[in-house]
Amino acid sequence: MTVAGRTPVAVTGMGVKSPVGLDLRSFWSGLCSGVSAAGPITQFDTSDHPVTFACEIGDFDIGAYIGPKEAAHLDRVTHLGFAAAVDALAHAGDLAVDPARVAVVGGTGVGGLITLETEIIKYANKGAMRVSPFLVPMMMSNATAAYIALQHGFTGPNFSVVTACAAGANAIGEATRLLRNGEADVVIAGGAESSITPVGLAAFNRMGALSRRKDDPLHASRPFDKDRDGFVMGEGAGFLVLESWERATGRGAPIYGGIAGYGRNSDAYHITAPSPGGEGAVRCMELALEDAGINPADIGHVNAHGTSTPLNDAAEAEAVMKVFGSSGPPVSSVKGSTGHLIGAAGAVEAIASFLAMAEGQVFPTTNHVEGDPALSIDVVHGAPRSVAAAPAISNSFGFGGHNASLVLVPPPAA
Amino acid sequence: MDRSEALSDLQSCAVEVLHVDPGVVTEQARFKEDLDADSLALIEFVMALEEKFDITVPEEELDGVTTVGQALDLVMTKLSAGA
Repeated sequence: MTVAGRTPVAVTGMGVKSPVGLDLRSFWSGLCSGVSAAGPITQFDTSDHPVTFACEIGDFDIGAYIGPKEAAHLDRVTHLGFAAAVDALAHAGDLAVDPARVAVVGGTGVGGLITLETEIIKYANKGAMRVSPFLVPMMMSNATAAYIALQHGFTGPNFSVVTACAAGANAIGEATRLLRNGEADVVIAGGAESSITPVGLAAFNRMGALSRRKDDPLHASRPFDKDRDGFVMGEGAGFLVLESWERATGRGAPIYGGIAGYGRNSDAYHITAPSPGGEGAVRCMELALEDAGINPADIGHVNAHGTSTPLNDAAEAEAVMKVFGSSGPPVSSVKGSTGHLIGAAGAVEAIASFLAMAEGQVFPTTNHVEGDPALSIDVVHGAPRSVAAAPAISNSFGFGGHNASLVLVPPPAA
Repeated sequence: MDRSEALSDLQSCAVEVLHVDPGVVTEQARFKEDLDADSLALIEFVMALEEKFDITVPEEELDGVTTVGQALDLVMTKLSAGA
C-alpha cells in the first residue's frame, strides 16, 4: 500500500510489558477495562514520600527470558526492554535476514536509575572501592539496545534516543528513517523505562509533576479531565519489529500496521513547560502529517500524550484543536490506565494504536469523567468506541521541549 | 582460618557472585574458562572476597591470578599478614 506516494514502513512484530498487561492481549483488554493500574508502591518503602503510589509491573519474571547471572548484571529497565523485544521478535516470526542488516534503536528517559541509586549508597557508606564494576554497563541509557543486539547477534546500526517522555516515539521514528534510507533491512525499535525508584519518585514529585491524590490512587491519572492534578509514574517497555512493506509482504509476514510519517522538533521554550498554545506540538503534528503526505482530515484517532498534568493536557488539547479544527477526530490517552511510562510511552502507545486498528475500536481514556471546559476536544471515555479503519497520530512530548509525532496506518484490509 | 575453611568461604562467594555451582569451584578451576567470569565479574568477585575475609586486595596484586587456587593463595597471605 502507499500513502500519497510513499510506502509506509511495515510493523511485523510487537511486544509490550506494561502495568496493565505483559502481552498484547492482556494489554489491550487492560486498556479497555477502564481500570487504572495505580496502587501503593511495593518496590521500596515510601513512608517518607508525599507521593506513595505508581503504576508498577508486579508479576514480571525476567527468569523466563534470561538466566540469573545475566539478569543480575542488567538493570530492571533492560529486563523490561529486552523481554518486550524478545516478544516482538517471536511475534514477527522468521525474519530470514542477515544479522548485519538488523538495527536496534532504543529509547529511554533515564536508563538504569535504581542501579545508580544503589551504587551511590554503597559509595557513601563504604567508599570508592565498593562501587560495582557493573554500574556503568547497567545504568547506561544505551544498555537495552546493546543487550538486544548482543543476545541476537544483530550487528547493524545500534543506538539509543534519550528525549525524556518522547524517547519511545523518537526511537520508532528514527528506525523508520533507517529503513527508508536503506541502512537496515529490519529494525527492532522501542523504549523502556523503570524509574519508579526512591530518588526518581522524590524528584518527579519535587518538580510538581506528579498527582498527589494518594487517598485515591486508582483515580489519580485522569488525562484531559477537569480535576487532573499531575501524572502517575509508570514503568514498562514496548518494542516493535519494523521492515519495509515489500520485504514483509515478500516473506509472507502478517502486517499489523505501518509507520507512514514522523515529525520531531523542539519547543526551545522552557526546560519542562510546554510552549504556550502548544505551538511546538502543532508544528510537530504538522511535520508528521507532511512526512506521511496525508491531510489532517484523514486522521481517525489522536493517541494523545495526555499525561494528566494540567499544563501538558491543556497545551496538547489546544494543539489538537489548531491542527484538526473544532470537530476533530476522537482523542484518547492510555495514561489513565498505565500511568506515564516516560521513555517507553511512545512505543507502548504506538502498539496501543495498532491494536486499536486491529480491533476497529479506540480505547477509552480511563478516569476521564468530565472534560475541562477550556479544552473542546472529543475525548473517548467510559467505553471503547468503534471507528472505521483510518490513520492515527500518536503524540509524545518530553521534558526538554522534545516533541515527536508518528502517523500510523492500519494494516491492509483482510 | 585454615585453607579448607577459606576455600569453603571462597566457594560461597563464587556461588553468590559468579552464579556457579559450588562443586565447580575447585582450586584448579580457571576463572575465565571454567567459571565464565570476565574481567568485570572478577572485580566483583574480589570485592566479595574483601568483604567476606575483611581483607584489602589492591588491583595490581590480581595480576597473574587466573585460578581459584591462586586466589586462595592471595587470601591466605592476606589473612596471615593480618593475623
